[in-house]
Amino acid sequence: MTKSNKPVVWGLFAAGGTVAAFVIPVLILVTLLAVLGHAPPGLSYERLQPLLAGWTGKLIAFVVISLSLWGSAHRLRITFHDFGVRADRAVAALVYLAAGAGALLTVFYLLRI
Amino acid sequence: MAESQMTPRTYVREVPPTRWYFRHPRYMRYIAREVTCIFIGAYTALLIVGVAQLSRGSAAWEALLAALQAPASIAFHLVALAFALYHTITWFNVTPKALPVQIGEHIVPAWTIVAAHYAVWVVLSMVILLAVGVL
Repeated sequence: MTKSNKPVVWGLFAAGGTVAAFVIPVLILVTLLAVLGHAPPGLSYERLQPLLAGWTGKLIAFVVISLSLWGSAHRLRITFHDFGVRADRAVAALVYLAAGAGALLTVFYLLRI
Repeated sequence: MAESQMTPRTYVREVPPTRWYFRHPRYMRYIAREVTCIFIGAYTALLIVGVAQLSRGSAAWEALLAALQAPASIAFHLVALAFALYHTITWFNVTPKALPVQIGEHIVPAWTIVAAHYAVWVVLSMVILLAVGVL
């Protein structure tokens, strides 16, 4: 049987899209409240920092951020094609490297909280 | 014109590569669904910035919250919320086709799977809103 990387790439995209579908709207809503000047108490440094100081919080934050990022990256690669850009290998390298870099940055900063 | 001297030419339909989706409402809905990734990706980048600022201490975090109150930020969040909701709706609607659940000879009807997704989504959102202090 021919081996392909597609299942891994698509699987991460499926996971990312699912995670994004479930949590991103409510997260944007919470951020929107802060943006409008009505930041909820849970967004204060005193409440948020302890949540992300523990390993559970770090793990959840890493999973949500990195999977959403990969899901968006994969879809963005296809969107480039929809908009007429045909250099798929270059686009794929660009978006997946960006998603990987984002995930690494997330780990880097999470470890410092 | 002597037709016996013409080489047969395949017909290539003209499709504008950057504007084809304007031609039909279904194409527009598809492009709207695909473009959601730009806004979700941008918001995820903002989450990374948030984690970075949180790691730098209270002053950096407050500075981020203050900077986010700019008008451009308000506009972005409103648009991003709309696109994120569109992603959620289209994603849930496609899930039964992407991952059909078969029990014996019986395939679980699509509406069951979609309704379950919405139910979990609503409950999860309320839990998060409760935890953050909005509700």
